[in-house]
Amino acid sequence: MDLFAVAWPYWHQFFFIIFAATAVGFGFGVLLSKNVVRMAFYLVLSLGSTAGLFFLAGAEFVGAMQLMIYVGGTLVLLIFGVMLTAQKDFINMDTHTQDWILATIVGGSLLMVLLFAAFGAEDWNTPQDLTDAKVEATKEATPLGLALTGIRVDTLGETDDAVQGGKAGYLMPFIIVSVHLLVVLIGAAYMARTKKLSHATNDKSSRAKLMLFKMEHEAELLEEETYVVTHRGQSALNPLDPQDDEN
Amino acid sequence: MADFVNHILTLEDSWIGYIVAALVAAVLILHVVAVGALLFIWMERKISGRIQDRLGPTRVGGKFGWLQTLADGIKLIAKEDVTPDLADKFLFKIAPYVGLAASYAAFIALPFADGVVGQHVNTAVFFVLAVLGLEVFSVILAGYSSGSKWSLFGAMREAAQVVSYEVPLGMCVVVPVMICGTMNLTTIANMQAGFFTNWLVFNDPFTFLTAIVYFTCATAGVNRAPFDLAEAESELVAGFHTEYSGLRWSLFFMAEYSSMFIVAALASILFFGGSHGPIPIADVLGLLSLDNLGSSDPAFHVFNEDGGGFFASLNLEIAIARFLGVANLLLKGTIGVTVMMWVRWSFPRLRIDQVMTMCLKYCVPLAAVGFLGATAWQALDLPTGNSLMNSPRYSHHELWTADDSESAVEEASSNEVQTPHEDDTHAAAKAVKLKTVPVSVVKGGGR
Repeated sequence: MDLFAVAWPYWHQFFFIIFAATAVGFGFGVLLSKNVVRMAFYLVLSLGSTAGLFFLAGAEFVGAMQLMIYVGGTLVLLIFGVMLTAQKDFINMDTHTQDWILATIVGGSLLMVLLFAAFGAEDWNTPQDLTDAKVEATKEATPLGLALTGIRVDTLGETDDAVQGGKAGYLMPFIIVSVHLLVVLIGAAYMARTKKLSHATNDKSSRAKLMLFKMEHEAELLEEETYVVTHRGQSALNPLDPQDDEN
Repeated sequence: MADFVNHILTLEDSWIGYIVAALVAAVLILHVVAVGALLFIWMERKISGRIQDRLGPTRVGGKFGWLQTLADGIKLIAKEDVTPDLADKFLFKIAPYVGLAASYAAFIALPFADGVVGQHVNTAVFFVLAVLGLEVFSVILAGYSSGSKWSLFGAMREAAQVVSYEVPLGMCVVVPVMICGTMNLTTIANMQAGFFTNWLVFNDPFTFLTAIVYFTCATAGVNRAPFDLAEAESELVAGFHTEYSGLRWSLFFMAEYSSMFIVAALASILFFGGSHGPIPIADVLGLLSLDNLGSSDPAFHVFNEDGGGFFASLNLEIAIARFLGVANLLLKGTIGVTVMMWVRWSFPRLRIDQVMTMCLKYCVPLAAVGFLGATAWQALDLPTGNSLMNSPRYSHHELWTADDSESAVEEASSNEVQTPHEDDTHAAAKAVKLKTVPVSVVKGGGR
């Protein structure tokens, strides 16, 4: 194989093999493990090794991004996995045979597509003169950041109009993604808001809820108190008011 | 470094040099973690003792009991390594190492002085934060795998807390990045060289606010009192490490103390001038220091690779300057850690809802105000702490982001070429072209 034909020590290759092996190995670990938490743990290690590959390629920003977003995201996944399923019934996942077959077909065909794409690129088959190969990276995240704010520094010197059009950078997708995230945040906050209590009855749970509501909104209620006293039955903010039937 | 080792051993581009160089760097960082933890645990006991009107350890190792931690360490090694029956054995055993590895890895990108860094990472701020965020992972694994309710409760609390506090922490870190225009920690530190008025904490009132919010959030982020709910011993026995004993238990503490140090060191780089002292003594005395030296200068390198023997090739002045820089940063980091201890033994522990309120109702809005205010301050070009002292060096460092006149760009270019770790001059020249032009566009010129 070409991969191993390089004279020792070729450090880049050495670390590439280590990181690639851990990434693939822990990927198999995710597949073969039955415990949810262990799966998430292997997934974190696999994604972390991928981040290592990015660092090795000189793409430090992407590598740090990988750590922050994918590994951090999996961490949250793990947290919820533990919180919601840390009981004996759920902690082990038994995969049925038909699931295995289906997954193998889908995953295998995707892998085939990837492999064809990877080996189809001519330049990749035989790296030219590996011993002198150096990672040609400027190691600068500044152009990337500027491109996100709308300035493509790599096309600034271009006189060609067609390329000049690309100077707007990635501002538009950036804004779209930001607005999307904002919408998601507002939606999450809306769904998690404190629900107004209505239909106060005499049973204990409602009273407890009311107590809780009062404790949480003490200041507001204190402000409202005079209003409630004088306009009993008319205040929309009074949690005791059965007229306000929104929920 | 690798070339230097090969040079001493009279080898030609051998792998031995690389391995020795890597080992030296790794072991040096390991010493910051291990010896740091040793020192900080002793300090914690002494400081808590003094705050509570006690003496703290006094006997082991002489008058101040400074060998107490070492004695404790020996005791811990001798302890039995217990694994509970209900535990998930594999995860239980591996969890402490995960935490230690995370906080150790964060040190890789932390520059102790200009040129004294494990690996130059252009987006070092981002890297350190990303890696430090992984430390919570070990707490969750430990809490889950212990098979104990106390541990699980502690881990869940920690998870909720750390995930929440990362939001204001990130917002605070953006402020120095925005002012300096780079995520490179070395450059951020260098831009604060000179008198202490150049430190970003004194840049404007909003950065001062941001520094305080950062420190609060960092304290919560590394799970220290008054935010140490994960190990609230009055409620949860010992939280996530209830079931641990011996050396594994002590690894958690090593990780905790080293991440305390790293957030404090990050604070000192981002806001308190990094490896530069409050007064540029070397510059006042006219000595050579890292402040007035570009890294492309041959004198910048402590070891002259092509020189004769060991001492002939050693540039003593640079070595001393770097040593002082490292000492400066270590001192600042230790002061930060001391403040954390001071806070711990002065305030009672918060409840979990109070911790969340603190984060979402106070820290996030304050961080947002600090960020917007600092941005506005920069945009309106209001007087900064730097303009009080009118320090020339700050303007020298500022040039490449601030001024867009022709000569300034040229000067900036020459400044840029001196950026560390650009061994390829062609790439450096290209980077200069890329970097200096857009900055004037961003600033709108005429600043």
